Amino acid sequence: MTVFAFYLFAALMIASGALTIFARNPVHSVLWLILAFFNAAGLMVIVGAEFLAMLLVVVYVGAVAVLFLFVVMMLNIDFAEMRAGFMKNAPLGVAIAVILLAELVLGVGAYRAGALDLGTPDGSAAPLVGESNIESLGALLYGNYLFLFESAGIILLVAMIGAIVLTHRAPTNPRGHQNIAKQNARNPKEATNNVSPEVGKGVEL
Amino acid sequence: MEYSTSLALLAPEILVSVSGLVLLLVAAWSGDKSARFISIAAAVVLGGAFALVAPSVCTGAAGPDTVAFGGQFRADAFAGLAKLMIFAASGAALVVAPRFFGRAGAMRAEFPILVLFAALGMSIMVSAADLITLYIGLELNSLSAYVLAAILRDDERSAEAGLKYFVLGGLASGILLFGMSLTYGFAGTTNFGGIAIAVADGLSTGQLFGLTFVLAGLAFKISAAPFHMWTPDVYEGAPTPVTMFFASAPKVAAIALLARVSLEAFGSQSLAWQQIVIFAALLSIVIGALGAIGQQNVKRLLAYSSINNVGFILIGLATGTLAGASAMMVYLAIYVVMTIGSFVAVLLMRDGNGDQVESISDLAGLSTTRPALAWCLMALMFSLAGIPPLFGFWGKFVVFQAAVEADLIALAAIGIAASVIGAFYYIKIVKVMFFDEAVNTVTGKSDTPHWVLLAICALLISPLGYLLIGPLGNLADMAAASLAVAF
Repeated sequence: MTVFAFYLFAALMIASGALTIFARNPVHSVLWLILAFFNAAGLMVIVGAEFLAMLLVVVYVGAVAVLFLFVVMMLNIDFAEMRAGFMKNAPLGVAIAVILLAELVLGVGAYRAGALDLGTPDGSAAPLVGESNIESLGALLYGNYLFLFESAGIILLVAMIGAIVLTHRAPTNPRGHQNIAKQNARNPKEATNNVSPEVGKGVEL
Repeated sequence: MEYSTSLALLAPEILVSVSGLVLLLVAAWSGDKSARFISIAAAVVLGGAFALVAPSVCTGAAGPDTVAFGGQFRADAFAGLAKLMIFAASGAALVVAPRFFGRAGAMRAEFPILVLFAALGMSIMVSAADLITLYIGLELNSLSAYVLAAILRDDERSAEAGLKYFVLGGLASGILLFGMSLTYGFAGTTNFGGIAIAVADGLSTGQLFGLTFVLAGLAFKISAAPFHMWTPDVYEGAPTPVTMFFASAPKVAAIALLARVSLEAFGSQSLAWQQIVIFAALLSIVIGALGAIGQQNVKRLLAYSSINNVGFILIGLATGTLAGASAMMVYLAIYVVMTIGSFVAVLLMRDGNGDQVESISDLAGLSTTRPALAWCLMALMFSLAGIPPLFGFWGKFVVFQAAVEADLIALAAIGIAASVIGAFYYIKIVKVMFFDEAVNTVTGKSDTPHWVLLAICALLISPLGYLLIGPLGNLADMAAASLAVAF
């Protein structure tokens, strides 16, 4: 059953990943990307990383992909023109892909061979509490790291204050600057006045 | 873990953050009208936090009793002394700000709240005993600082300063994070105590890279050369009370943090970071001294002066000894007073329309038109130059003494030579004020709070300040000793 689910999610993910690249309509691309995220979340659940799965759906689907969608729809990007340069830049793209692949192989190889010393756990870290990793993470965040977690909240608050302070302007009166009391208080004598400007001087308003 | 003891150690931070939140609600409901009230309330809160910290500094708190939250936070005498300076300097910024922004018609109710949160971030920084605490404190302080730099959003220079600070600060944070993740990867822990154990028998290449990047990121925050490029532009563009704040409190916090990382986490490997610190110290002194010479704007000049002073402070750290750390704290305390005094004097320079005067040439003949201001500024300049009867000399003296005792005689000699170059531009200001033809630009009315602050600073750096040598030296020694318990 697990094997079947794995191949289903994996195949769907690769297919939607490919369709993300090949879709002609950019909005469809983003929608395929969202499907890929969902399938990746399914894979995470299978390996028992349910917190990561939820994070992927909440953060990537809920925020990032929707943001992409807004950007794609609001900015009128000419994708046909961008695609025209595809063949020209293809060799560069392939080169970068090869370099990344080589780095991955080297990194994993070095780690497997024991050439990288990534430090050794000395058992001083807190033991895992509870069964699921959501419980463990919660116990850490609200236990061991409570102070840092709450301080990080204040950082976000400061970011919000900053955004509002720097961009918010008090709304001006939507009905223009009409002041009825002032209009009623006008009297004909002050409303007009006679001036006789000198030649070439113009009128001062 | 006992939460109650941890929370008790955090009392000053809790006071500042809770009152920051309450004042934010007040600001949200009553708007900019309440700005003056919130400034006063925020200054009172900082005074309260000052009073909460003071006992631990006076008793020289150290050891395991000062560790909160399982080693993430450390409220010892070293952190306490830095916090005293931070709260005092932030309070000074709150005292001078309302009048300045009031004249520009841009006093925002959020200004004092951002200063409070910046102070909170700085006090977390100096108490950090873990790389994560370090980063969270630093970001809290930096984010508030970016907004403060741009708070005059209709002023082009202020907006430019904010943007520049934000972009370069973000880059520095990235470098710092990179170093931290390398350190974590190769030491296996983010705790300073754990790192000290991991590096006890020699640094691996990865750890050395981590250390270098962490130091580079922190050097940006204290504007030490070669990471100083942003300083003159940001200091010139930011509103003067904000510049005064930048030049005082965050410097204290970042330097105390640098000392903690070097002496606590990498204390056993001092040879590795001493080279870096010595290089940054000498370069800062020379660049600060030479860069200031051609400046026409007082705020730019003071920016270079602060780069120069950071170099002298780093000499204290470069010794790697407890005497050096103690000398560094003494210098920092004197530097904060001198900086606040100089910027308040700049704030007092206004023309007939009440606009700020920032050009050095406008100071000509100040001694005949505004003798009191001219004499105060002269005392501050001589003190910054380190000329003996004034207190600024003492700071340089203890730092060089510590360097000589640690056998860094060449470093001390070059430092002294460069401080002579630095004296040139300080004395140039005095010459312009006392011997040039009066231009009578500075005619604006003065504010009482500014004068009071300037008088306090002038009194502290005057020869009377030497009465403080005993108590200040004691506090600094106890602070440095509390660092020794940790490493």
